[in-house]
Amino acid sequence: MHDLSHAFSLALQLAASGDPGLWQIVGLSLQVTLSAVAISTLLGLPVGALLALGRFPGRNALIVIFNAAMGLPPVVVGLVVYLLLSRSGPLGEFGILFTPKAMVIAQSILVFPIVTALSRQVIEDLWAEYSEQLRSLGSNAAKSIGTLLWDGRFSLVTVVLAGFGRAAAEVGAIIIVGGNIDGFTRTMTTAIALETSKGDLALALGLGFVLLMIVVLVNGAAWIARRAGERLAGA
Amino acid sequence: MMRAPTTSLPLVLDRVGFSAGGVEILHDLSLRIEPGAPTIILGPNGAGKSVLLRLCHGLLSPSGGSISAGNVAVSTERTALVFQRPVMLRRSVLANVAYGIVGKHARGRASALLERVGLSHLARRPARKLSGGEQQRVALARAWGRNPEILFLDEPTASLDPAATRAVEDIVGEIAAQGVKIVMATHDLGQARRLAGDVAFLHKGRLLEHTPAATFFDAPRTPQAAAFLRGELLT
Repeated sequence: MHDLSHAFSLALQLAASGDPGLWQIVGLSLQVTLSAVAISTLLGLPVGALLALGRFPGRNALIVIFNAAMGLPPVVVGLVVYLLLSRSGPLGEFGILFTPKAMVIAQSILVFPIVTALSRQVIEDLWAEYSEQLRSLGSNAAKSIGTLLWDGRFSLVTVVLAGFGRAAAEVGAIIIVGGNIDGFTRTMTTAIALETSKGDLALALGLGFVLLMIVVLVNGAAWIARRAGERLAGA
Repeated sequence: MMRAPTTSLPLVLDRVGFSAGGVEILHDLSLRIEPGAPTIILGPNGAGKSVLLRLCHGLLSPSGGSISAGNVAVSTERTALVFQRPVMLRRSVLANVAYGIVGKHARGRASALLERVGLSHLARRPARKLSGGEQQRVALARAWGRNPEILFLDEPTASLDPAATRAVEDIVGEIAAQGVKIVMATHDLGQARRLAGDVAFLHKGRLLEHTPAATFFDAPRTPQAAAFLRGELLT
């Protein structure tokens, strides 16, 4: 318990200190995570909608694959991306291994199936309720998808938050493809892994508390936005 | 109101059959719906009334026989359907009514329609928070906004109290007075007597009679219709 309370006060000190090293790490963590979530959302929502409404051969198999891919092991994804991006790999010529870009790619691969699989379920459930009514009101496929995304927006925010949670907590993939380089590819989670292996458990835990605070802040902001939106639009 | 020279009336069903999942729901049904006073589709639950309306509205296609609508195709563009339990989109009352209206004056027209169904004061409220009777009036305004030549109503007052039923019937009367053909399914005899110009009596997926309302109520031709009018339970 002593360790925990020590770590907690260390976390507060860290957060209050304005240590530029810490803020750089926090900034990079948010930059990588939010980029991966944004990419995954832009791709995952349309693909989720397509899977929800489309009827084509292989649809059921794709749904199972996306559902299963929600549990992709980050180290495996990291390793595959590492092999693809390494100098001798097929994408080696871009020279982005051990850069934040590589980290965004790895995290996008982890988050995209989560956004796709969960949004597919949300949109499919809403479609079951809406389809006859929308067709009766003359809505074509494109308008219907827009309607489903808009009317499902409050549930879809939760879907995106699930993806954010996965990316924010993730260390296995980004430590492999980022390399945990101080001042360049070090994030909250890779720093925690490093301090733990160095034996500085208090600092590791302190960083952990800071990370938790950030995650709570992001979710709190999303919650407030959702409530405000619901009051205005009445879902 | 100016009408294009094309028309969806008379609506003619020729030996229409409909099966779903191996179950025959409508058998060999021929019916001619003419312009004029409301046509009431009467019959006990499970008679096939809802399926009949969906076929005429273009949401379903017959498994056998054919449906012709005047000199145009059967479509959701020229007819409108108010469902027994209309789906309120997760939006404001006004946005629900505007949804089915094409063009940039949609919101203005929607406001005018809300005025006519007596719901202007609720325009900005979330539609799903309204009472059942209010939701049904929103659905009527939304269907009216489609400018239908025929308005189908599927037991619109089945779960409403007498006051809400009266409000719905008044609106239906007003829509009919605009020259819109009303085709309404109900199992409420009082309602049928109040509104009907002619009555089509459906039982177990078959059309047993189609006569002027006075004839139907005074001298039903089939024992099933006579029993239904006496309030007996049809099996």
